[in-house]
Amino acid sequence: MYAFEYFRPTTLAEAAQLLASNPEAKLLAGGQTYIPTLKQRLAKPSAVIDLGRIAELRGIHEEAGGLTIGAMTRHAEVASSPLVKRVIPALAALAEGIGDPQVRNRGTLGGSIANNDPAADYPAAVLGLGATVRTSKGRAIAADDFFTGMFETALEPDEIVTAVHFPKPEKAAYAKFPNPASRYAIVGVFVAKTASGVRVAVTGAAPCVFRATAIEQALEQVWSEASIDGVTIDPTNLNSDIHAQADYRAHLVKVMAKRALRAAG
Amino acid sequence: MAEKGIGARVPRKEDLRFITGRGHYTDDINLPGQAYAVFVRSPHAHARIKRIDKASALSMPGVLAVLDGQDVAADKLGNLVCGWLVKSKDGSPMKMGKHPLLAQEKVRYVGDRVAVVVAETYHQAKDAAEKLVVEYEELPAVVDLAKAHDSSVLVHDEIPNNLCYDWELGDKAAVDAAFAKAHHVTRAEFVNNRLVPNALEPRAAIGHWDPGQDAYTLHMTSQNPHVHRLVISAFIGIAPEHKLRVVAPDVGGGFGSKIFIYGEECVVLWASKKIGGRPVKWTAERSESFITDAHGRDHVTTAELALDAEGRFLALRVNTKANLGAYMSTFSSCIPTYLYATLLAGQYKTPAIYCNVRAYYTNTVPVDAYRGAGRPEASFLLETLVDQAAIEMRMDPADIRRKNFIPKDAFPYQTPVALVYDTGDYATVFEEALRIADYNGFPARRAESEKRGKLRGIGLSCYIEACGIAPSAVVGSLGAGVGLWESAKVRFTHTGKVQVLTGTHTHGQGHETTFAQLVADKLGVPFEDVEVIHGDTDKTPVGMGTYGSRSLAVGGEAIVKACEKIIAKGKKIAAHLLEASEADIEFKDGKFTVAGTDRSKTIGEVVFAAYVPHNYPAGLEPGMEETAFFDPPNFTFPAGTYVCEVEVDPQTGEVDIVRFVAVDDFGNVVNPMIVEGQVHGGLVQGIGQALLEGVRYDDSGQLLTGSYMDYCMPRASDVPFFEVVTSRGTPAVANSLGVKGCGEAGAIGAPAAVINAIRNAIGVRVEMPATPERVWRAIQQSPMLKAAE
Repeated sequence: MYAFEYFRPTTLAEAAQLLASNPEAKLLAGGQTYIPTLKQRLAKPSAVIDLGRIAELRGIHEEAGGLTIGAMTRHAEVASSPLVKRVIPALAALAEGIGDPQVRNRGTLGGSIANNDPAADYPAAVLGLGATVRTSKGRAIAADDFFTGMFETALEPDEIVTAVHFPKPEKAAYAKFPNPASRYAIVGVFVAKTASGVRVAVTGAAPCVFRATAIEQALEQVWSEASIDGVTIDPTNLNSDIHAQADYRAHLVKVMAKRALRAAG
Repeated sequence: MAEKGIGARVPRKEDLRFITGRGHYTDDINLPGQAYAVFVRSPHAHARIKRIDKASALSMPGVLAVLDGQDVAADKLGNLVCGWLVKSKDGSPMKMGKHPLLAQEKVRYVGDRVAVVVAETYHQAKDAAEKLVVEYEELPAVVDLAKAHDSSVLVHDEIPNNLCYDWELGDKAAVDAAFAKAHHVTRAEFVNNRLVPNALEPRAAIGHWDPGQDAYTLHMTSQNPHVHRLVISAFIGIAPEHKLRVVAPDVGGGFGSKIFIYGEECVVLWASKKIGGRPVKWTAERSESFITDAHGRDHVTTAELALDAEGRFLALRVNTKANLGAYMSTFSSCIPTYLYATLLAGQYKTPAIYCNVRAYYTNTVPVDAYRGAGRPEASFLLETLVDQAAIEMRMDPADIRRKNFIPKDAFPYQTPVALVYDTGDYATVFEEALRIADYNGFPARRAESEKRGKLRGIGLSCYIEACGIAPSAVVGSLGAGVGLWESAKVRFTHTGKVQVLTGTHTHGQGHETTFAQLVADKLGVPFEDVEVIHGDTDKTPVGMGTYGSRSLAVGGEAIVKACEKIIAKGKKIAAHLLEASEADIEFKDGKFTVAGTDRSKTIGEVVFAAYVPHNYPAGLEPGMEETAFFDPPNFTFPAGTYVCEVEVDPQTGEVDIVRFVAVDDFGNVVNPMIVEGQVHGGLVQGIGQALLEGVRYDDSGQLLTGSYMDYCMPRASDVPFFEVVTSRGTPAVANSLGVKGCGEAGAIGAPAAVINAIRNAIGVRVEMPATPERVWRAIQQSPMLKAAE
């Protein structure tokens, strides 16, 4: 990697101030994407601001019947949390399926959604559950507004994700068809029955996580696998790459949606 | 049998140090004053080098040298060579494109070495390498093997059609005649997917020229340090052979990729002298390994099998295009020829076989031996073709094989493709495998899977391989540039301990254990008293190294021969000490005894007498150390039957291997536990090829599968618990141990078993790797499944 300045602040305020005063700086959360990027010399930041020592960014709390999870909470913590397993078991199950044990022990919720990799798992949960992303600028960004494109979010350059609030769904589950090499999602579908209606979020299939509105509408009518059978997924805007062509991904969206539905009960 | 002798499941001596992280690999070695090398590599698959400007790189902090192809030429260093001359069917020699240590005039694949930067630290070398100015004139690339012949792009300007050789084996007229009268012809096209070897330890080297002694030492990741020494001295010309020491310490896996003489190791040795004698170290990054370690496989083949009305094989005709990549690697020429076409008889008495192989250059990483090397390609096409023939003739795949096996009483068996199989009992191994796998109970299991919405399939694979490639005179007549014998030195110390110095090299095979068992058994000394030493050309006798599952069958036999010399000498000494005739001395379990008496001397006492010869036979040399070389009279021929059972998810195309039975005939077995471990590893690699692994390039020659994010290696969860039987051996005759070799079998036999099982489940053969998407697409097209609907 190239040389850079390294900061390890202990408060959010300090981190925000460092970020504001170093325009070429990058934030380091769990580092599961960024450290390999640095090692391959694909990034040349002026400074790296490590969020790992900021206690206020970690932790899982029950709030308004749902869950609020700090941005620096590790995947393994979410996966093994009795609280998450009780309130939103689908979220614990999703976290358990991210990457491998090493990734889960280092990777964080905030890092995952701020990076917004098109094949990451967490964006499906955030969008599927209609969660709210809280930031260092005091903003509460609705999931529907947060993920704006491939590796792009509604975050401003000097804004830090602090926590995500997940409302408790009536039912929810995530089903993933992993890339056998990377374990990222070739297609991942998060299905939730929430107070505001059915939400179906798809990751891995397109340049950015998206809501499968056709499936949502069908499930609003009848909450059954048969409803999904009747839906057509248009492959036009889905990804084609060496791991899967668009029509196969379109097919998998339905298969994974049905599996998620079955798991949700 | 000694307690830890031949046949005992002795835990590996090596395991403690490897499992506890105490191995000592090349990158663990740091020599005083060491500098670091970073290679500048071509970003283009094909380009002319217009200009290299070293000034900006040389001005970077810590830089000691920047060397390129012009420096190589100025120092008159030789090109990398291919050690096996293959001739085309018209008698002309293969056309070898020049392969300089650093590129001259053209680069020919992404990753081709353009220059090396040597600096005080690794990071300084890396920074300076980025500053090197290289101007390229990009050229169109030929990437696709199928298009190499007719491409207007020439990888080597002087080699028309990119064709290295057009080679044949077998009686074409006899084959054509058999096809003319065939009742049925089964025909298929096959792609044998290109693989990246992926040894756990990347390649590494430290070159050191000692100006005081004008001598060179090269620490490196090698499977065959003496061969490296030979080529670097005789062909590259960096150092005379007696002034070059090659040390291969612990090596973390090779699978063939560390046999070859690459440019990097030569360059760091040369660079050490260029900077005045400081050691120069290079360790490949993983992404560098992907684009520089020789790849494996990569064939496109059309094969036809002629059968009579009863399903007996009449003839086999095979046409193969083999990808060599951009340059010929060290043994690349013999892999798709003598290690491929000669295996096409398999376990069957097919009377006529003809094979034509055309080997082409493309703008891709060079291709050479990878676990199995030619034999997996042969076995895969034959075993999937046989299955297809059975399906087309409405026969059970088991029955068509039973009908065609070479019978037990036909050995030695001359195949129509040059080899003479020494021993085997294919039918017995086959029936044992089917019995363990409960082949007859499969329909019930398929019905049970169907209830759960899964498609179940069972697949057979009856592989043959040839190990311990030999004898030297024969391989020499076929074009080999080296002999293929092996050496050993067995040395007693005063105190009765034993050092075994072997010309082979262990990098995962467990030689330190197996060879110690061998010596413990032959000399009757405790297993713990035997130390195996390897991997240092200054210590061990000249040897040819480890590949082709040859180490025990050839190197082990050399150890036996050295032990026999020890015993013969010991008898002379014992006879003297016991005041008996040498002819009356018997040796057993570590004791020299006067026949028919209880008068004896232990081997320890005899050895002591040899080193402290106060009372000693007149005229006999003191000491107890013997060297032996062994050049085997023939290959050995391991064979086996593998039975794979899969469940396919028709919704996604995912394949789950639910059961895998492997029954192998490895002849006699020294350490069954190590052999089973070798089979496990081979099977995992074979399953990796069948389901997961496959190199992909884009049309411009960029490697798309250049990391573990995109190139899928098998994980423990991808494979079942294997059921492995290695006790069905017919002893080999080419060595006194009766051993055959086990390192490659799994990788040779597994792919066809997996692919046949998938075909059995879904009715279509899927090309490797049989990814979920490919399987799903095949399911959509399957006439069998459509008919069932």
